[in-house]
Amino acid sequence: MDFQIIVDSFPKLLEGMALTIEITGLALIMGFALAVPLALLRLSPNPLVWPPVYAFVLFFRGTPLLVQIFLVYYGAGQFRPLLQEYGLWAYFREAYFCAVLTLTLNTAAYTTEIFRGAIQAVPHGEVEAARACGMSGWLLNRRIVLPKALRLALPAYSNEVVFLFQSTSLVSIITLMDLTGVARVIVARSFDVYEIYITAGLMYLAVTYGILGIFRQVEFRLSGHTRERPDGDATADPLKPFG
Amino acid sequence: MGAETVALEVRDLHKSFGSMEVLKGVSLTAREGDVISMLGSSGSGKSTFLRCINLLEIPNAGEVRVGGELIRMRPKNGRQEPADRRQVDRIRASLGMVFQQFNLWSHMTVLGNVMEAPVHVLKHPRAEAEARAREILEKVGLGDRMDYYPSHLSGGQQQRAAIARALAMEPKVMLFDEPTSALDPELVGEVLRVIRELADEGRTMIVVTHEVGFAREVSSNVIFLHEGMIEEEGPPAEVFTRQKSERFRQFLASNL
Repeated sequence: MDFQIIVDSFPKLLEGMALTIEITGLALIMGFALAVPLALLRLSPNPLVWPPVYAFVLFFRGTPLLVQIFLVYYGAGQFRPLLQEYGLWAYFREAYFCAVLTLTLNTAAYTTEIFRGAIQAVPHGEVEAARACGMSGWLLNRRIVLPKALRLALPAYSNEVVFLFQSTSLVSIITLMDLTGVARVIVARSFDVYEIYITAGLMYLAVTYGILGIFRQVEFRLSGHTRERPDGDATADPLKPFG
Repeated sequence: MGAETVALEVRDLHKSFGSMEVLKGVSLTAREGDVISMLGSSGSGKSTFLRCINLLEIPNAGEVRVGGELIRMRPKNGRQEPADRRQVDRIRASLGMVFQQFNLWSHMTVLGNVMEAPVHVLKHPRAEAEARAREILEKVGLGDRMDYYPSHLSGGQQQRAAIARALAMEPKVMLFDEPTSALDPELVGEVLRVIRELADEGRTMIVVTHEVGFAREVSSNVIFLHEGMIEEEGPPAEVFTRQKSERFRQFLASNL
């Protein structure tokens, strides 16, 4: 084990990690912003509205992420004249743009499906009570359905965040210098395969651990209603019939 | 309070689920301050009737007027649907509904539940809504449970919180859908006590219930539904002493 190479290449690996986190963060924020309305549209009874969303989700869940990245990055070249006409070529020739776009759409598709399930799991009676109070449309979604659904979705969504974070390593294949990309270059030059990939792997692990910690915190804050009551009077707690 | 002001009027309500006709023309008039109890065995259509009043179920035919205002309907595929969704929201906000299963919003505290609709539907200032919510919660005996989540309360407490939630909207009419049917027998009393207090205050209420004793003592009018039609109707002193209908007699015999 050559520790010196680890120490020497660590700053470079950190730079790679910065790009990994940046791409993950961008894709997550935009994917989330897309997924909430898409999940609502997916549940629309209108036959003109839900099928396109269904097809979108099916495509991105049904094909490998690497294929999607290739399609966008290499495939865009075939449509160069068209993209140029609309002034989009400047974006699509950049690997960075293609990577963030693909990851965004991919996570949006998975997250849509997670939210769809969560929205359907919101107790019908609580929605009915909101309607009976005069809530409907966006107000009903904003105040009752989505807050409830997001709580239900949190465990599954934390999984998606971790998956997405790991999946960003694929962008190294289209020339981006994320953590994996940097590691590959250093390994290609030094042949210190174990040292570098183990270091990179541990860095992924450390960040994943951080992500899970954040989700634990958020879940805890949002789940007061599923915990023991504040005075801890278990004998009077209807959740604990045998208390 | 003008005793002759009509708070709620339902005329010739029909409702079918598929080929099953649940309501076959039910009418009701509630003047301000009336407490109308609806009795009937399960399947008689009484809950469906109540849910048609605030359009949680869309009636196939018939008219509903709240405070004199007709809920406008328009035909659609041989049935009807509300003509104006905004009107429906507005009418619903003026009808306080209490459900058999409480249906409190489980992710909000009791106080949050009671403040929610006044703040976000009626657009009352938050501080005002909170003060009012605290007042109402004190009144239903939950002053020391405001910061609890619904799951931390007993069934009786949850139902009283749900009543508080409905009250906070200052409804023209309160609709109770079997408010004590999901409760343990020893918890029924505390909920009935609260409903009785509201009746004494002169609130207009429609109460679908199995509690015959309660209906007898509190109501100004009793309606007995059987297979989607009104079988017996009148002030409790009348209908409980001289039942015209054999079915109502049987119902009373099996429910006392």
